[in-house]
Amino acid sequence: MPDGAQPVLEVEGLKTIFRTRGGEVHAVNSVSFDLKPGELLGVVGESGSGKSVTMMSLIGLLPSPPAEVREGKVLFNGLDLLKCTPEELRAVRGPGVGFIFQDPMTSLNPVFTVGYQLREPLMKHMGMDKKAAQVRAKELLELVGIPDAERRLKDYPHQFSGGMRQRVMIAIALACDPKVLIADEPTTALDVTIQAQILELVKELRVKLGMAIVWITHDLGVIAGIADRIMVMYGGQIVEQGPVAEVFDKPRHPYTRALLKTVPSVRGERAPKLSVIEGQPPILRAAPSACPFRARCAQAFARCEAENPARFPVGPGHDAACFWDYDAGAPRTTAEAAHV
Amino acid sequence: MFDTAGVKPLIEVKGLKMYFPITAGVFRSHVGDVKAVDDVSFTIFEGETLGLVGESGCGKSTCGRAILRLYEPTAGSVVIDGQDVLGADQGLLRRMRPKMQMVFQDPQASLNPRMTVAAIIGEPLDEHTTLSKAEKLARIYELMDQVGLNRDFANRYPHEFSGGQRQRIGIARALALNPKFIVCDEPIAALDVSIQAQVVNLLEELQDRLGLTYLFISHDLSMVRHIADRVAVMYLGQIIELSPRDAIYAEPLHPYTQALLSAVPEPDPEAEKTRRRIILTGDVPSPANPPKGCNFCTRCPKVMDICRVEEPRLTEIRPGRFVSCHLYDETAGATAAPGATPSNNNTAIQQGE
Repeated sequence: MPDGAQPVLEVEGLKTIFRTRGGEVHAVNSVSFDLKPGELLGVVGESGSGKSVTMMSLIGLLPSPPAEVREGKVLFNGLDLLKCTPEELRAVRGPGVGFIFQDPMTSLNPVFTVGYQLREPLMKHMGMDKKAAQVRAKELLELVGIPDAERRLKDYPHQFSGGMRQRVMIAIALACDPKVLIADEPTTALDVTIQAQILELVKELRVKLGMAIVWITHDLGVIAGIADRIMVMYGGQIVEQGPVAEVFDKPRHPYTRALLKTVPSVRGERAPKLSVIEGQPPILRAAPSACPFRARCAQAFARCEAENPARFPVGPGHDAACFWDYDAGAPRTTAEAAHV
Repeated sequence: MFDTAGVKPLIEVKGLKMYFPITAGVFRSHVGDVKAVDDVSFTIFEGETLGLVGESGCGKSTCGRAILRLYEPTAGSVVIDGQDVLGADQGLLRRMRPKMQMVFQDPQASLNPRMTVAAIIGEPLDEHTTLSKAEKLARIYELMDQVGLNRDFANRYPHEFSGGQRQRIGIARALALNPKFIVCDEPIAALDVSIQAQVVNLLEELQDRLGLTYLFISHDLSMVRHIADRVAVMYLGQIIELSPRDAIYAEPLHPYTQALLSAVPEPDPEAEKTRRRIILTGDVPSPANPPKGCNFCTRCPKVMDICRVEEPRLTEIRPGRFVSCHLYDETAGATAAPGATPSNNNTAIQQGE
């Protein structure tokens, strides 16, 4: 990856809350990260860890109310997306930031043909006329490997299989050559053999088109295969972040460590018993004043109850929000508490 | 691991077919069938877990439901604990129900939102036993303890629980009548990774303690490797490979099994760089119109001429290892046996952990 390049996306101190009848839910708490051009960032976490909400907050895709982006800065090529008007945001979505949703059946419109849905962004954002858009739409379908593209443009979403539908979603997201592509669990609803096809496709397209990708998933295997960098979220926060090989090799947050252990494998040694993370993820009724993982953490000590840990640097480009220093085998001292 | 020697089969499925008719026109005339399960045979031994894997639409869930006669199968026979399930009349079937239970995929959808946990777990007891109120409550508490639910929550409603806890309620309900056999239909698919391990460990503990027999239906090959003793792989309504767990993961024989296992990503970046993936082209054909010859011939990387003409049969090509593929035609020959009952004098099934 191009080191030292200006990030295409910078997120600083993002806070998103939901107003519910039971009070506020703090879904995203002070999330900061950046994304370099051409980089593939994998985001993992359990449901409710805030990974989707974070990404949807960035480009104003959350319905408000109940959602409210309360604090933070999202710089996309220097433009603060949180201060944009709805019109300005609409101009960013598409050519700036593309989005692939998890379930292609519910995110494609069943009453329009795939061709119509592909032409729409091209005509709105790229100023193409219908004819040019039609040609480009066909190219896009071919790009994502749908055979007989010309004829398939006239088909409706229900006439495609799950894997093909997801390819259509990718084609729509790619239509305006986005600088950043956010893919929210794009293969979770698919079978493994189809998932393998899509992953190959994304690897290929990434080289061809050179965009930055944020890939949200709960499958650590997928991340290991395609990502440059991994970001682990828990309780609405980033608990660990770093280059993918480094984090898998030397996880420095107890949650990442436990997560890596719970995943059984189809290869290598078969563990006689699965290791588990006891307990449940927290419900975020208030802004956290302590470590969100403490209740499920074997390593937890007094300080985890009293303070929410900042992200400590633990390696090159690698940081973890934990007071326990695995390298020293002892709690961290306050002096190290440098924010990353 | 599981040793089949000297253990009697609890479930025997032979030639099971489940076709759903396709009708057309005003008179709803019968124009074809969706062959969801097409001639499936296997045996499950007492105390064993058979993993049934395959991609969506391959018929694995339909197979599980047809065995319990939640559908009326088109043809075949299912014998559970010596009793014919498919031939039983409604009265007899009802008396057999306590022995065979099911845990469903989506605990949200399979638990009545207007019933309390105690009522949900107690419903099978109302239906099939004559316990007094106090005895019933005692049994409900016992079941809640068994699956790790706090007794104090007995009067709460399903929506007050998390996904993993809801699945525990579903398991407690399945256990209420002391079943011998439980069909687990994707019991962990709707759960988070960290919670999946909790539920799988619970199922294993319960099996050890209560001597249960499972049919574990899943698309998650790594979890099946963990829980199953033997694994059956389905494709387009048919079992294409059935083998002891260690053997099938170490050396898958059918090209589809090979592709399926190679497609599972490994949570290890180093291994991922070097891993060779078999990428299948195309999609699964429609079960209403399966290809001629072998069902897999349209996507098979090792397809031969014979595959497009003649349908292969599930054959024991090595002790305990059944595969339905023309690649192994020569090695098969002598041992050709319908109905996938492993021979007992085999070496491929290893004992113990």
